[in-house]
Order: sequence, then C-alpha cells, then structure tokens
Amino acid sequence: MSSGSTLGVGSALHSFLVFQMEKSNCSRARQILDSLVSFLRKFIFRILSMGPLPNHIAFIMDGNRRYAKKLNLIDGAGHKVGFLAVTSMLKFCYELGVRNVTIYAFSIDNFKRSPEEVQSLMELMQEKIEGLIKDESIVNCYGVRVYFVGNLKLLSEPVRLAAERAMLATAKNSKAVLSICVAYTSTNEIVNAVEESVEEKWNQITVLEASGAGYGLIKLGGIEHHESEPLIKLVDIEKHMYMAVAPDPDIIIRTSGEARLSNFLLWQSAFCYLYSPSVLWPEIGLRHFLWAILNFQRHHSYLNKKGEQLQHLLQDGF
Amino acid sequence: MVETLTMVFSLRFSSLSLPPHNTITLYTLPHVPNHRLRSTSNVSPPSSTLLIKHSLCPCAAPTQQQHLLVPEEEEEEEELKCINEAPSLENDSLPPGLRRECMPRHVAVIMDGNRRWARLRDLPVGSGYEAGVKSLKTLIELCCKWGIRVLTVFAFSTDNWFRPKVEVEFLMSLFEGGVKDGMGSSLRENIRISVIGDISKLPKSLEELIINVEESTKNNSQFQLIVAVSYSGRYDLVQACQRIAMKVKDGIIELNDVNESLIEQDLETNCTDFPYPDLLIRTSGELRISNFMLWQLAYTELFFAQSLWPDFGEADFLEALQSFQRRWRRYGE
Repeated sequence: MSSGSTLGVGSALHSFLVFQMEKSNCSRARQILDSLVSFLRKFIFRILSMGPLPNHIAFIMDGNRRYAKKLNLIDGAGHKVGFLAVTSMLKFCYELGVRNVTIYAFSIDNFKRSPEEVQSLMELMQEKIEGLIKDESIVNCYGVRVYFVGNLKLLSEPVRLAAERAMLATAKNSKAVLSICVAYTSTNEIVNAVEESVEEKWNQITVLEASGAGYGLIKLGGIEHHESEPLIKLVDIEKHMYMAVAPDPDIIIRTSGEARLSNFLLWQSAFCYLYSPSVLWPEIGLRHFLWAILNFQRHHSYLNKKGEQLQHLLQDGF
Repeated sequence: MVETLTMVFSLRFSSLSLPPHNTITLYTLPHVPNHRLRSTSNVSPPSSTLLIKHSLCPCAAPTQQQHLLVPEEEEEEEELKCINEAPSLENDSLPPGLRRECMPRHVAVIMDGNRRWARLRDLPVGSGYEAGVKSLKTLIELCCKWGIRVLTVFAFSTDNWFRPKVEVEFLMSLFEGGVKDGMGSSLRENIRISVIGDISKLPKSLEELIINVEESTKNNSQFQLIVAVSYSGRYDLVQACQRIAMKVKDGIIELNDVNESLIEQDLETNCTDFPYPDLLIRTSGELRISNFMLWQLAYTELFFAQSLWPDFGEADFLEALQSFQRRWRRYGE
C-alpha cells in the first residue's frame, strides 16, 4: 500500500523530527511540521468519514516489553513509550469521530508478573491517571468521559483513588467515552454480572414473596419449562457487565502479531472484526489505524446484518 | 459459517486408524499434566481457574518453564489416571515440522465458506455442503491420527435460523439422515459424539436422534467430536447463568459461591474433560468469532485461514498447527 508506506514514512519521520526538534528547542519548525501532518491526516479522515465508521474500537496493547528489549531500553521504558502510542491512537480515534475507545491496560493475569514490574506499572498508571485530570489532557480536549473498568478492589489504594477521582472529574464530558480496563478479565466481568443478575432476581422474588404477590414468579421454571419465561435473560446479564458503559466494539486491535483475546471482552467481541498487526504496541502508527478502518468498512454490511439478527433474538426473549 | 449438520454423521469412520492403547504418552507437558499454577510473585494475585485448564506448551513459552508448577497431592491420582488414559502416538504418525509435546488437545473449527465455494463454481449450495463433508472427514481422520483429543465444529449457529426456510429444512433433513448413518460407525471406532446448543429448536425426531447418539457413544474415549448446533456463545453463558440462578433459588449453592469454576461446570462444554480449545481455526478469511464459544476461547490461539472450508485440507491444517506451535502463550505473564 504505497500511500500507507508514505504515511508510515511520514509518521516515522514526524516522530523522529519531533524528538530532535524538542531537544534543540526548534519550536517554529516543529509547529510547521505538526500543522502539515495534521492537515494531511484530517484530509484522509474526511475522506474515510464518507463511509461507515466504527462506533467503538478496542485495543490490546501488546509488545511493550519486547519493544524495550529490542531497543535495549531499561525495564519499564517500553511501557512509557507505549503510553505515547496510547495518546496517538486516542487522538486518531476521536479526530475521526469514533465515540468509544477501550484499552486493555492491566489484566488480572498481569498480577502474576514480578512484583517490581507490577509496582512499576501501578506507578506509571497512577501518574498517567492523574495526568488525565489536567485541563490540557487529551480527554478534556476532546470531551471524553473516562471509565475504569474492572475489579478495582484489586488495585492498590492510591491507584484506585486516582481512578475514582478521574472518573468523577470527567463525568461531565459527553462527546466521547474512554474505557480503561484495569484489574480486568472478561471471565471475572461475566462472573460479576452473573452474580449481580442472580442477586437482583432473588431480591425481586423475595420482595414479591413478602408482599404475597410472588407465587406466580416463583413458579417460573428455567430451561426445562419452555413455556415459562426464563429466570435470567441475556439483557439481564448485559446490563450488569462492567462494559455496559459502551456498545460492543466494532474492531479489536491487538498488536505484536499475537492472535488471541487473552480474556478481553469475550462477551462483547462476538461479532467484531479482529485485527492483529505484527507491529509492537509502541510502534503502532497511522497506517495501521487506517488499515483497520478500511477493513471495517469492507465488512460493514455483514456487521449490520448480524446486528439486526441479534436484535431479533433479543426480542424473542433469548 | 457452515451449517452442514449432515457432514458429521454421514462420515464413514472405517478408514480411520486410531492409535493403539498399549503405551503411555503425554500430550501437552513432558511432566504430569493439570498442574495448578502458583505464582513466584510476593503479591498474591487472584487466580484464574481457567489457566489450570489450558494446555501449556513448554516449547512455546520459555518463561512458563520457570514458573512454579507444583502438583497438588490430591491431584496425583487424577494425573496418573490422565496419563494412563491418554492414547499414544506412534513415533512416525506426526508429519515433519510438528512437535508431539506441543500438539493442541482441543481444536475448534468454524467451517466457513461452503456456499461461497459453490457459488464460485456455479454449483448449487448443496454441492458446497457435500464438499464440506469431505473436508470434515479429512480433518477428523487427521485429528485422530495426530493425537488431538477433542474437535469442536461450529455446524449451525443461532443466527443461521435466519437463513431461507428451504435451506434450513434441507439441512435438518440431511442432518437427520447423517445421524442415523453415523451412529454405528462411531461405536465401532470408539469415537464419542456430543452435541452442544439449543437442540429444542430442532425438529423433534432429530432431537431424539441426537439424544440417542450421545447416549450410545458416551463411553467412547479415544476421540470426542463435539458438534455445535443451534449454538451461540452468548446463549451458552445465559443458560449457564439460568442454571446457577435455579441452584441459588433452590438453596443448592449460595450467591457468594458463584465463581469461574461454577460457570464452567454449567456451560454446555461440560460434556468434555477439555472444554477450552487450544486452537481455533476459521476458514474463508473472515476475521471474527461470530458468537462461537466466547468464554471458552479466553486464551485460545486464533488462526484465520484464507481457504474456503471445502478447500481446507491436510496442508492447511498442518500450517495451522505449525502456527500454533510457534506461538508464545504467556497467559498474562
């Protein structure tokens, strides 16, 4: 894809020049270059907007440690560079008009890493979360409401409090949504949703029983009585998911070439397009983003049909 | 998406050569399988019971070998039983390029592309399904020969009920004929057949046939073929949740007892000892799961093949397995 490689060279050149220019305080040249690249990008996005756009893109940010090893960086530096890639991707998404973005920042499985690495990641997360609250942060520039999705009780208190502050501070933003999955696995999310669904139904039955009106409901069978309404329906589980704050993703992008979900959005990924470029997360650029969007547009009619079918299934009480 | 139910049960298994029982071979680990994972970290991580169920390929994950793999005393008996029951592989049964110790235990397949295959050749859709039957037969033979224990195929999804009525009825009748044909073959070849999905939506006669074939093959242990019919991953989770809700209502379990293990026990894949696929293959180039097993695919390696399903043969399967064996499965570490 020659335009893609041109853009790839352009964005790599941009990154390199930005780095050099910052050191030499050559702000004017940097501004001109920034404006040129920004203009080119917005022009391309304007063309893409003529086709269908994804409503929700999710990212599995894989490859930070391999990146650090590849460049002989110190431990933890890969993740710091990876954060720059996060801000780039968020900028692309919100500029293009993608309303919902989800990132897989820290899995419950990641707690198995060495204590030093976990500690370093927690410190980095806390620092970046506190950065989100600042006025000039990307979330405030684009009017993004931030949610921290996961079993937040597993986080250390400073990180959890920072997350809660960030959610509160961005609660008034309404143009877009950023869901940051921390201390998250999809199976944990589903277990929690099942617990809450069952508890909600149990409370409803208990209340009705106490009022003497619950006998009919208690007779509700489950799967063995087809004519009866099931106790729990799909919509009951969905509304208790941590990710109920956003629609299902249209695209899941996992970098570093690994093709697996790693316990991320298992429920929500039922119909979405899975894209796994071989690039490491800190190296992801505009060309990968554009390729994902173009492939989404190619399959959009299929996705629409599946969406309609799913609606029919929901109406049938499934 | 392949809806060819009939392909499963019209297979002639007589040509399959299953490995003999008389030697003991481990498939996934050179050590005793089904270890519990214990972290070396001082932080006490919440454990995911799913990880215990996934095969760990030491070849693909060097860091996993450093991980403490401490067998629980109470599991030793179960582990020995597992070793003794594991069918063996002849030394030369694997093609070059595949390592026996890194073979997946459970392979899942989304057999997509039959109708496109037929359209490309100006053939009726039924021809595509017939060609798909041959591919599935080849795949089952290869799985048995190469020591894969479980093969799950996505034959008919809940979404496929929206296909034209004529097509759906045609498939149901083909499936019914295939079940009758395949029952005897499965018994002879020690193959267990299980069906997952909402079979209550199928014609009554077919539903009864399926119950019979499951019952009559349930003690077969060499190889298990799981056919997903009228199945969706979300439906599977919802029905598991409904079962759990009934158990709580009946006082069998407490609400606090709900955990990943409990959900796993009530999913439709509780018909097998290996409910989590190690490898999922989807043909025809589509890059999506399409509401197949969602919970069970948490750590599954995904392989997307460009071939249409009727064209998917030994070479394509070999490529998928080689890709699987090159993967580095870290499970979050």
